[in-house]
Amino acid sequence: MSKKPVQKGNEVETTGHSWDGIEEYNNPLPKWWVYIFYACIVWAIGYSVAYPAWPGLKEATPGLIGFSTRGNVAADIAEQQEKLGPINAKLEAAELTAITSNPELNAYAVSAGAAVFKTWCAQCHGSGAAGAVGYPNLLDNDWLWGGDVEAIHATVSHGIRNEDDDDARFSDMPAFGDDYLEAEEIDSVVNYVMTLSGQAPNDAALVEAGAEVFEAECSACHAEDGTGDRAQGAPNLTDAIWLYGGDYATIKETVTFSRSGVMPPWSAEASEAGRLTEAQIRAVAVYVHQLGGGE
Amino acid sequence: MSTTDQDPGLYAAREPIFPKRVSGKFRNLKWYLMAFTLGIYYLTPWIRWDRGPSLPDQAVLIDLANRRFYFFMIEIWPHEFYFVAGLLIMAGLGLFLFTSAFGRVWCGYACPQTVWTDLFILVERWIEGDRNARLRLHRQKKWDMRKIRLRITKYLSWVLIGALTGGAWVFYFTDAPALLVDLFMGTAHPLAYTTIAVATGTTIFFGAIAREQICIYACPWPRIQAAMMDEDTITVSYREWRGEPRGKGKRTNDTELGDCIDCMACVNVCPMGIDIRDGQQLECITCALCIDACDEMMDKIGKPRGLIDYMALSDETLEREGGKAKNILKHIFRPRTVLYTSLWAAVGIGLVVALFMRSDIDLTVAPVRNPTFVTLSDGTIRNTYEVRLRNKHGEARPFQISVTGDETLVVELEGVDGNVVEVPADEMRLQRVYILAPPQSDAAHAERTDFRMWVEDTTNADRVYKDTVFNGKAN
Repeated sequence: MSKKPVQKGNEVETTGHSWDGIEEYNNPLPKWWVYIFYACIVWAIGYSVAYPAWPGLKEATPGLIGFSTRGNVAADIAEQQEKLGPINAKLEAAELTAITSNPELNAYAVSAGAAVFKTWCAQCHGSGAAGAVGYPNLLDNDWLWGGDVEAIHATVSHGIRNEDDDDARFSDMPAFGDDYLEAEEIDSVVNYVMTLSGQAPNDAALVEAGAEVFEAECSACHAEDGTGDRAQGAPNLTDAIWLYGGDYATIKETVTFSRSGVMPPWSAEASEAGRLTEAQIRAVAVYVHQLGGGE
Repeated sequence: MSTTDQDPGLYAAREPIFPKRVSGKFRNLKWYLMAFTLGIYYLTPWIRWDRGPSLPDQAVLIDLANRRFYFFMIEIWPHEFYFVAGLLIMAGLGLFLFTSAFGRVWCGYACPQTVWTDLFILVERWIEGDRNARLRLHRQKKWDMRKIRLRITKYLSWVLIGALTGGAWVFYFTDAPALLVDLFMGTAHPLAYTTIAVATGTTIFFGAIAREQICIYACPWPRIQAAMMDEDTITVSYREWRGEPRGKGKRTNDTELGDCIDCMACVNVCPMGIDIRDGQQLECITCALCIDACDEMMDKIGKPRGLIDYMALSDETLEREGGKAKNILKHIFRPRTVLYTSLWAAVGIGLVVALFMRSDIDLTVAPVRNPTFVTLSDGTIRNTYEVRLRNKHGEARPFQISVTGDETLVVELEGVDGNVVEVPADEMRLQRVYILAPPQSDAAHAERTDFRMWVEDTTNADRVYKDTVFNGKAN
């Protein structure tokens, strides 16, 4: 309250306290204010009885009305999942190839697939799907096993080179260093492979010999022109994309010791854990398909 | 340390206030302003404004569900909320300006708390009579039929005013005519009824029950205003030099009494329950009703008007020493008000310019940085951009995306053949845009190439651009 000037003949009320002659005006607080203060105290007591509040040795008092933030989250998740039931059913019923042309399903699959990808796939393929050495980049237009929605769906469902799923994509490159090829043969074929993608070979003199080795040992899977074979997951050796690296040393290491990257199966039937539902697999397939390399 | 005999109360009960009816120029001004402000509040949602078939035709509409704010010809999207922030800054500076020039004119005339309290007091007076009748009714202990009838009528009228106030509020948030029908059919959204109930309750609490307590205890503005006011601020004051010593009775040459006859008219009409003769005080909302009341009295006793008047504190001192009050314009035009005005105008001009420079295509370009680039089979380097295309027109439009700045760069769109996308009316489309640099181009091998992305409406060549960068394979 404001300071009011002292009127003649009017004493201003003070609280009666005086310290070294300094007195305090009494500007009383409104009573309703005090009542609200008491009401808040009563509310706080009631609140601490109704809700989890008082800490104990093991846990806080649970509260009379059984409130729990964890329970709320579980209920929210259940509610959302129930809400998504119909569209998930639609997604599972749709033709795989028809999903991308259905705006509603496509929009749902892309956003749901993004969530699945970031939860289950990003560990190897990266959160931006750019992959890493040995883990394919899913953004480019080069595919080992096929890049249409159906092929991606099959790869995600069954995985690659795993023992858990008989339908897993499977191929096995021999380690040519294990008594298959002599060291100089390996050296020559590596030089030849470098020329396939337009790189300058390490030793041009070996290229011709390398071509013969390639035709004899490699062309069954990688094709005579080196463009690979998707049926066997054999990479195209003529393009600019290398899963493990396209320099002399890395190619030599690949030929000598072979490579066999593994991807787990994600479908409920294939893996014991049954990690993803059919709808989730379809969603993530559509998501990967629209990242920029889909066929 | 000394103590008094009796313990003073540290908590005070609220003194009920029964403002007396008054007439005069300021009271009339307040009636007009009340009619004007209430008129704005009630009529605004009913003004129609044609925006084409796919947009709402309500002139002022806060469409929370679709995240749009419509104000006549202006449509604000959430990302343009700075316009609203700018308006709030202007409102704040405007308040500073008016307060430094004329004191708390906002509080006294235009604040909803004042307008609605005035309305509630008016209705109270219609039902229970003027100050003396209301005081008698208040002091009457016995609840006879008359008191019961009057009180029930008053409370019912409060609820009615509250409901009409709360009821009008919801029309700002959805199509008013449709909502009105829904409200009466009982088919409106439960949120509408809840909002009405809450707004009704708060209106009654603030305007009918708490009244001046809100201004004194709840509102921060009375506490801040002192920083905007100085001795040149024109505000409601008492000419103490003229009025004191106050006293009743006839003035003769040998009495020393001033012009104030201590009739308490100024106190009786005050809605805040204060005595303006005590000087400037926090509770005073400068509604000027005491000026009307005092002028009426001065007319009756044949003294000049203006014992209580709009004046500056510095004038009181001048007049006391026998001088003349400064010209009102000299009070108003001083560095502080000029500064507030120029700040206010600067923000205002900035907003208007920004508003007219706004394009009705809006474009944001977010380069995807994870990864910065992708190598394709043939060695082409590709960058990805998440482009948000906002079409602020009432009809769907085809937008063509192109780039300038490096002729080797090629545009491709995810999921679309060609480089034209259709964006539906008044919507935002998120489009992944790919920019490709051929294997041997400079851009493919430079760490950074600046370029400009254009979006053009192919029907009328309206276009906007954003500058962004292309990241190549730097090796």
